[in-house]
Amino acid sequence: MNIAEIEKEIEEEFSFFEGDWEAKYEHLIDIGKSLPLIDARYRTEERLIKGCQSQVWLHSELKNGKVHFTADSDAIITKGIVGLLVRVLSGHTPDEIVDASMDFIDAIGLKEHLSPTRANGLVSMIRQMKLDALAFKTKV
Amino acid sequence: MESSLKHTALLDLEAIRRDFPLLSRKVNNKPLVYLDNGATTQKPTAVIDALTHYYSYQNSNIHRGVHRISQDITVAYEKARETVQQHLHAAYPHEIIFTKGTTDSICLVAHSFGKKYITAGDEILVTEMEHHSNILPWQQFCEDNGAVLKVVPVTEEGTLDLKALETLLTKKTKLFALTHVSNTLGTINPVKEIITLAHSKGIPVLVDGAQAVPHLAVNVQELDADFYVFSGHKSFGPTGVGILYGKEKWLQQMPPYQVGGGTIKRVTFAKTEYADLPLRFEAGTPNIEGGIGLAVALDYMNNIGMDRIAEYENELLVYATKQLSVIPGLRIIGQAKNKASVFSFVIDGMHPNDIGTLLDQQGVAVRTGHHCTQPLMDRYGIPGTVRASFAFYNTKAEIDILETATRKAVKMLA
Repeated sequence: MNIAEIEKEIEEEFSFFEGDWEAKYEHLIDIGKSLPLIDARYRTEERLIKGCQSQVWLHSELKNGKVHFTADSDAIITKGIVGLLVRVLSGHTPDEIVDASMDFIDAIGLKEHLSPTRANGLVSMIRQMKLDALAFKTKV
Repeated sequence: MESSLKHTALLDLEAIRRDFPLLSRKVNNKPLVYLDNGATTQKPTAVIDALTHYYSYQNSNIHRGVHRISQDITVAYEKARETVQQHLHAAYPHEIIFTKGTTDSICLVAHSFGKKYITAGDEILVTEMEHHSNILPWQQFCEDNGAVLKVVPVTEEGTLDLKALETLLTKKTKLFALTHVSNTLGTINPVKEIITLAHSKGIPVLVDGAQAVPHLAVNVQELDADFYVFSGHKSFGPTGVGILYGKEKWLQQMPPYQVGGGTIKRVTFAKTEYADLPLRFEAGTPNIEGGIGLAVALDYMNNIGMDRIAEYENELLVYATKQLSVIPGLRIIGQAKNKASVFSFVIDGMHPNDIGTLLDQQGVAVRTGHHCTQPLMDRYGIPGTVRASFAFYNTKAEIDILETATRKAVKMLA
């Protein structure tokens, strides 16, 4: 699946929760709990994206021309959203990642979590994912 | 039942809540339960109307014009200063300086008092429970001037270590800056006793009253505070206005902080003679409507009565403590005996941000995070807390909603 298809898949998944905040957040919490943890050696200060409240760690790797992300957060809902971002962007080429619209976030009603005022590190995380992809472009 | 009848008699909550339009808002399709009063308070219609009235009919610059509306608004602004003076029980109106807020007030003292009285090797004392606003101006001053910042530790229950305080007040201490009420813990510090102790060693004291003025009657002369500062917006007034109270004997001696229009008697390129108090410290056109709105807010609180406010809010705090402390895993951060209506907690194994997010979904507005008190969070070894802070317009029914919503959040996160 390409990025747009995965975004569509997530939108459909979340359409079941329309108007049911509880089910939606339970789902996010479940994703947060099931997200494969970042390798302990990458959970370092260097890979920390500082938010004012919750923190996010991001590790990027280039394999066969595709960028693979692993990530973690100390807050479970943030981690759930991190899981969605990884699911959408991981395993694609640098160009595809740089061009990704990420419109699904708005579509599934989580835009508020990505406003700069949330201070949870997610905005910086998306920027970092795209910057890492951009940096890998020169190596593809 | 008995207690609910009692508090109904204490305050007419229905009438009070009608005075605050924002309280009738809905959030996430649920009635808003606003419990973030420590961050900022909502405004009564009287304050909102005063701002509208100012711009509709009174707008003019103060202390400048010979014309009528300028003179009228100058009188109104100076009357607002007197309202603040009376509210704080200061000796003179010119001991009340209008600033942008608590932070601005502290920066003024750090800069101006510091320049005059503090030099390399001297010590400035703060406490571990200070808001960053009462740490950074002093830390910066120390870095720039070679002074030393000392810190009074906080005990596990959230009070100041008074034994340590005694040894930290030394011959080198030139100023002690401490909070009246902790914004994170709710602790009401025994400032009167502390000031007496500091004064016995000849040390002046600045009190950060940002979290006290909305909750308690404050009498700066009785406290014998040398400086007392607070913000308008945390006391039901407008944003962008705050107060510095300073004893005349200090303010008279202190050099101007910001200089410019309105602060002078006579300017030549060779030398400038600065104006008397309070104008010497009020450079530029001030937040005129802010000062007037703040006076209206203080009048509003005084109409209810500060003692009744304090008594009712204590009821809310006792009720919240009783209802929420039984939630499994919930730990109250700040267990001083003498507390203002601030209820800070963590829940074992759960991130405060997650709890805050799920409370928000249920219409409950709280603050989560470090509350600009990172050294205090380090002291407790936690990333932050969930903080519900109550004002006199909050109700026990809202605390019930907070409890139910917290239980739901805990269940979802478990």
